Amino acid sequence: MERKNVQLADISVAPRQLILGVVAAFILFLTFTSYYTVSAESVGIVQRFGNYHSSVNPGLHFKIPFGVDTVIEVPIKRQLKEEFGFGTPGATYTQQIANPREWQLETTIVTGDLNTALVEWVIQFRIENAFDFLFKVRDPGAALRDISESVMREVVGDRTVDEVLTIGRQDIEARAQVKMQEVTNLYEMGLRIDQVQLKNVNPPKPVQASFDEVNEAQQERERMINVARGEYNKAIPRAKGRADQKVQASEGYAIQRVNEAVGDSNKFTALLAEYIKAPSITKRRLYFETMAEVLPKVSNKVILDYKAASILPLLQLNKMQGDSK
Amino acid sequence: MNKYSYIAIALILPLLVVGYESLYRVDETEQVIITQFGKPIGDVVTDAGLKYKVPFIQKVNRIEKRILLWDGEANDMPTKDKLYITVDTFGRWRIKDPLQYFLRLRDERSAQSRLDDILGSETRNAVASHQLIEIIRSTKGREPAVDLLLAASDIGKLLPIKRGRHQVEKDIYAAASGKLSEFGIELLDIRFKRINYNESVRQKIYARMISERQQIAERFRSEGAGEAAKILGSKEKELQRIESEAYQKIQTIQGVADAKATEIYNLAYNKTKDAQELYTFVKTLKTYQSVIDANTTLVLTTDSDIYGLLNGIDK
Repeated sequence: MERKNVQLADISVAPRQLILGVVAAFILFLTFTSYYTVSAESVGIVQRFGNYHSSVNPGLHFKIPFGVDTVIEVPIKRQLKEEFGFGTPGATYTQQIANPREWQLETTIVTGDLNTALVEWVIQFRIENAFDFLFKVRDPGAALRDISESVMREVVGDRTVDEVLTIGRQDIEARAQVKMQEVTNLYEMGLRIDQVQLKNVNPPKPVQASFDEVNEAQQERERMINVARGEYNKAIPRAKGRADQKVQASEGYAIQRVNEAVGDSNKFTALLAEYIKAPSITKRRLYFETMAEVLPKVSNKVILDYKAASILPLLQLNKMQGDSK
Repeated sequence: MNKYSYIAIALILPLLVVGYESLYRVDETEQVIITQFGKPIGDVVTDAGLKYKVPFIQKVNRIEKRILLWDGEANDMPTKDKLYITVDTFGRWRIKDPLQYFLRLRDERSAQSRLDDILGSETRNAVASHQLIEIIRSTKGREPAVDLLLAASDIGKLLPIKRGRHQVEKDIYAAASGKLSEFGIELLDIRFKRINYNESVRQKIYARMISERQQIAERFRSEGAGEAAKILGSKEKELQRIESEAYQKIQTIQGVADAKATEIYNLAYNKTKDAQELYTFVKTLKTYQSVIDANTTLVLTTDSDIYGLLNGIDK
C-alpha cells in the first residue's frame, strides 16, 4: 500500500497534460461508439431515444453515441427454421429446437379418428418485416413455435391416421403452411413461412408391430393371389393346347373317313361295271378266290357227304380231340 | 485547478442530476404511466421517444405495448365423454387499458396468474361440455382421402363433429375476454396447443388401434385366400370349358364326316339292284375272311359249291 502511494506521488502530471489526456480519451471513445456495421444478410433498425428512427441497409453507418441512437440488427435474409419433435445439433437460432424433454409431447398428436400418431416436422421461415418482428409481438420465435404446434394439431386432427402416415403427407404440409401463415399474419409477427416439412411420421411404439402386421398381410395377400394365378397360367394354356390337338386329330379322322368312303365307293363302282357284264361268273370267281384264301387257315375241316345221316357224333369226337391236345 | 473550476463543477453536477431525473426515453415496445407518490398522473405515454417529467417526485412505470404470450400449464381434465386428456393451451393478449391494468395488477406476473386462473377454468368448462372429437377436429364434413387398399373397410373414417375446435376456442374466448377486460387486458385469442390422451386412457387407445390394425390385416389375409380361391375356381371352369368345347367340336366333326362317308357309300351301293346284290355278295365274302380263322371248325358237305366236285363232275 505504502509503496503504491509512493509511486503515485512520484508521477507528477501537469494539469494541462491531464486535460489534454481526458479530451483525447473522450475523442477516442466518441469515434469507437459512433459507427456500426450491418452485415449483408441483415437490416439495421435504428431507434433514437427508443423511438423508431429508420432502417438501414448493410454496410458501415454512423450514429449518435451515448445511448441516443440504438441499433438492432435483424437477419431478414437468413433462412430460419424451427424443429418439432426432434432436434438437429448446431442450431443457429435460439428457438430452433425445444428442450429434448418436450420432444415426446411435441410429436404426439391425436388424429381425427381418435388414434395417435407421432409426427416430426420442420418449418422454414424468414423475417419479412423487421419492424413488426421487433415491435409488434414479444418473443415472436416462441410465438411461432406455439402457432406451429397448434396449427399442426388442427390439420392432423382433421385427418385419419392413415392419411397422416401415408397418403396425406403433402396435403398436410401444404395446409399447415397456409394456416400458419394466416395466423402469423393475424398477429403481425412480420414472418413469412416458406415451408412446412413433415419428417418422421410413425404410429406410437406399442402399436408399431400391428401396423407392420398389416403390411405383411398385404404382402401375403399378393403372394396368395400370385400363386393362384401361377397355377391358372400353368394349367390353362396346356389344356388349350391339348384340346386343339384332339380337335386337329378329329379333323384328320374326318378327312380320312371321307377319303376312304370315296375310295371304297370308286372301287365298288368299278367292280360293279364289270360285274354287270358277267354277273354269274364274277360272283363265282370272287367266291372261289375268297374260299381259296379262307379255307387253308381252318385246321378242323369236316367234309361230309351230303347223304351222310348224322354229323353230330363225329363233331363231338372232333371237339374232344381238339381239347385233349 | 482554480476556484472557477470548482464553481463550474458545483453548478454543472446538480444540473446533470436534474436533467437525468426529468428526462426519460420510451421504447417502441413500451408505454409509460407517470406516477406521483404512487398515484398515476396525466395521460399514458404511448408514443416512443425522449420525454419529460417532474424530477424526483414523479416516477416512470413501464408497461409492455407489444402482443404478449400466455402459455398455459398442461392440465389433465375430462371431456364430456369421460375421457381424461391433457390439454395445453396458449393465448395472445395485450394491455389495452394500461391505467386499469396498472391499478388492478401492477405487473405482468400477477397478470399472468390472473390469465392462468380465468383461462384455465374456462378451458376446463369448455372441454368438459364437449366430446373429445369436437376439440380434435375443426372442419365439419371433411371427407378423408382413403387409401385404396383400405377402401372397403370401415376403418379410416373421420368421426363426425357438430362444432369443432375453433368453436370451442371461441367459447373459451367469449367467456374469458369479458372477465379479463376488467383488468385492462384485451385477450386476442386462445388456442389449443396440445391435446393428448392421459396415461390411463392411452393404453386403451393403443389397444384399440392394435385391434383395428389386426382387423385390417385379417381382412387382407382373407381377401388373399378368397381371391386365390376365385382364381382356382375360374381355372377349373376354364378347364371344363376348354375340354367340353373340344369334345363338342370333335364329335361334330366326326359326325359330319361319318354322315358324308355314309352318303358316299349309299350312293355307290344303293344305286341299282345289281349294286345292292354285288355289295351284299362282296361284303359276305369279306366277312368270311375276317370271321373264319384257325380255331374255326368248319363242317361242309359235298353239297357246297366249293366241295361239290368231290362227289363227281356233273353230278
